[in-house]
Amino acid sequence: MLKINNLQAEIEGKSILKGIDLEVKPGEVHAIMGPNGSGKSTLSSVIAGREEYEVTGGNIDFEGEDLLDLGADERAHKGIFLSFQYPVEIPGVTVTNFIKTAINETRKARGQETMPANVMLKMMREKMSLLEIDNAFLSRSLNEGFSGGEKKRNEIFQMAMLEPKLAILDETDSGLDIDALRIVANGVNKLKSKNNAVIVITHYQRLLEHIVPDYVHVLYKGKIVKSGTKDLALELEAKGYDWLKEGVEA
Amino acid sequence: MKTEESYLEEVTASEYKYGFYTNIEADKVPPGLSEEVIRIISAKKQEPEWMTEWRLDAYRKFQKMTEPKWPNVTYPEPDLQAISYYSAPKKKKELESLDEVDPELLDTFKKLGISLEEQKRLTGVAMDVVVDSVSVKTTFKEKLGELGIIFCSMSEAIQDHPELVKKYLGTVVPKTDNFYAALNSAVFTDGSFCYIPKGVRCPMELSTYFRINEAGTGQFERTLVIADESSYVSYLEGCTAPMRDENQLHAAVVELVALDDAEIKYSTVQNWYPGDKDGKGGVYNFVTKRGMCERNAKISWTQVETGSAVTWKYPSCILKGENSVGEFYSVAVTNNYQQADTGTKMIHLGKNTKSTIISKGICAGHSNGSYRGLVKIGPRAENARNFSQCDSLLMGNGCGSHTFPYIETQNKSAKIEHEATTSKIGEDQIFYCNQRGIGEEEAIALIVNGYCKDVLNQLPMEFAVEAQKLLAISLEGSVG
Ligand SMILES: Nc1ncnc2c1ncn2[C@@H]1O[C@H](COP(=O)(O)OP(=O)(O)O)[C@@H](O)[C@H]1O
Ligand SMILES: [Mg+2]
Repeated sequence: MLKINNLQAEIEGKSILKGIDLEVKPGEVHAIMGPNGSGKSTLSSVIAGREEYEVTGGNIDFEGEDLLDLGADERAHKGIFLSFQYPVEIPGVTVTNFIKTAINETRKARGQETMPANVMLKMMREKMSLLEIDNAFLSRSLNEGFSGGEKKRNEIFQMAMLEPKLAILDETDSGLDIDALRIVANGVNKLKSKNNAVIVITHYQRLLEHIVPDYVHVLYKGKIVKSGTKDLALELEAKGYDWLKEGVEA
Repeated sequence: MKTEESYLEEVTASEYKYGFYTNIEADKVPPGLSEEVIRIISAKKQEPEWMTEWRLDAYRKFQKMTEPKWPNVTYPEPDLQAISYYSAPKKKKELESLDEVDPELLDTFKKLGISLEEQKRLTGVAMDVVVDSVSVKTTFKEKLGELGIIFCSMSEAIQDHPELVKKYLGTVVPKTDNFYAALNSAVFTDGSFCYIPKGVRCPMELSTYFRINEAGTGQFERTLVIADESSYVSYLEGCTAPMRDENQLHAAVVELVALDDAEIKYSTVQNWYPGDKDGKGGVYNFVTKRGMCERNAKISWTQVETGSAVTWKYPSCILKGENSVGEFYSVAVTNNYQQADTGTKMIHLGKNTKSTIISKGICAGHSNGSYRGLVKIGPRAENARNFSQCDSLLMGNGCGSHTFPYIETQNKSAKIEHEATTSKIGEDQIFYCNQRGIGEEEAIALIVNGYCKDVLNQLPMEFAVEAQKLLAISLEGSVG
């Protein structure tokens, strides 16, 4: 599904990603861990097509297509979803209106009819109950005045509504209390199928107890310095990152 | 009897016939301004002697006045002697099809969604279509007439309701108020007149579409709305103008009179030709709009300003009566080389008067937008209250936005709150939208409409939809 090959990227002349290789197949869950500032958010932004980052080498293939040729909106139309580490506020735009616009713009790009209002409403109700979101939420201004947890839950709600093929969850667990974490993780698991894939970016083993990864990668200074199975996450929890850093610095 | 639908169809069809092109033979007064010209206008309109004298008095006062220089705009001074002050359509030429209309203009209308089909849905909206200087059609007159509501052109009002016109014309905006108001008083050719009798709630939105049509013809509309005691009216005014190469001067005067316990809601969508991308052409829009509130009366101005090359306009309220309320909700968009200096004046004279100002400026391209507002509390205005919120949204780095709030208080009991913000459409916001599959233009439309929501919510439903589309069109291609 996703094949990243020797990806290098920089911002404002500063090199951040220094040759990333990653392959994600349908049905898989990958976790990316690593200390702050190692480039995890940069990697997700580059996959999603944020223009401020300049790709200086390598390529990203998504279902046989070179993603780097596409704009961020076009990548979204192909089924790529990014749950933001820091979701953005859009004052005056309700959650409903935003999601409606997102769904219908995506459908338009795919040559589909707009989604009938009653169908959308029904879908919203389903996903809301899945994520234990109440009705009042829908008419609030997007992310404006939301608590950290509400913002993250809203991201996953959007993911549920957009039904992406590849979802990248960038520190979705930060800001969530234990109950909320369970609800969100449970939601993500329910949406999983053999046809879609998830990349989970996190610092904590905690989330990975709920969303169990097939692979775990450690990103450090713009490189994947170690890959393994879910046991690697446990090892990191116990030992920290320092033992991995040494190998790189040397 | 005609159904409402067929009536509307006829009206909207005629709008296409007359509204959007200049293919009409005009009965035109040669360019220039003099007492002679004013007498000709008055005579052509078969006005009574008192009206002619009223105009001449205004003209004499006008001659002693000069153009205001304080607005934060620059433009070549219009040559008032080059303007023709009267033109009336003589012959209504039938067109075979819309093919004869400027395709770019048609495209804009399409984007705005003012197709004939959609217009048909606007049931309940009466329209008084003004083409150049003569009202071509007034609808729903009979229905309104049953309630004693008068809704007609100003010319008709002068003929048929001279007592009302005499009593109120120039009482809210005096002839000498400012240079362009004086000019308007001397040469106004038409406009709308509306009177709502005591205790009557006007059952429909009253709507007027003004259009500038004839090249080189200045437009000087005069509008007078009188809401008698305990009455209510919602009045809509919207306009679009064809592509134009030369500047067109527009200097309208609007006077609102809300007597005791009356309420007037006045909504405008202003979309005149703003000039091209390089700032060439476009309408000069110098407007004086003011309302007078008596006891417990309320006047609410809502405006969405996207058009014109140069605008100055300050819909204002004189809160004369106790407990009267003034509101001003405004969205002003400037793009390319547009300049706008707009805002409001809330003059609190009576006790317990209250005013609210919500102003949303949006600047893009090389444009320049200013908010200028005055809140004045007179010595007898015990417990007056004002709340002002003035926000500006900048798109790109080439534009400028300015806020000039003036406060004059002569009564210590006044409570005045002022909030102001300036923000930029962030790349973050755009990227966030993009990531959800929303393209750049759509994203901007979404963000801008969200930003303007408090104002758009004040507009009647169908107007709000049109205004939203208009905002999107006005800002097309402005980020990047
Ligand atoms: N917009 C930016 N401008 C400059 N430097 C940036 C920008 N975004 C990220 N960086 C830098 O790139 C590095 C990686 O950041 P990031 O991808 O956010 O790391 P992580 O998500 O792993 O914590 C950091 O050193 C950070 O300071
Ligand atoms: Mg990060």
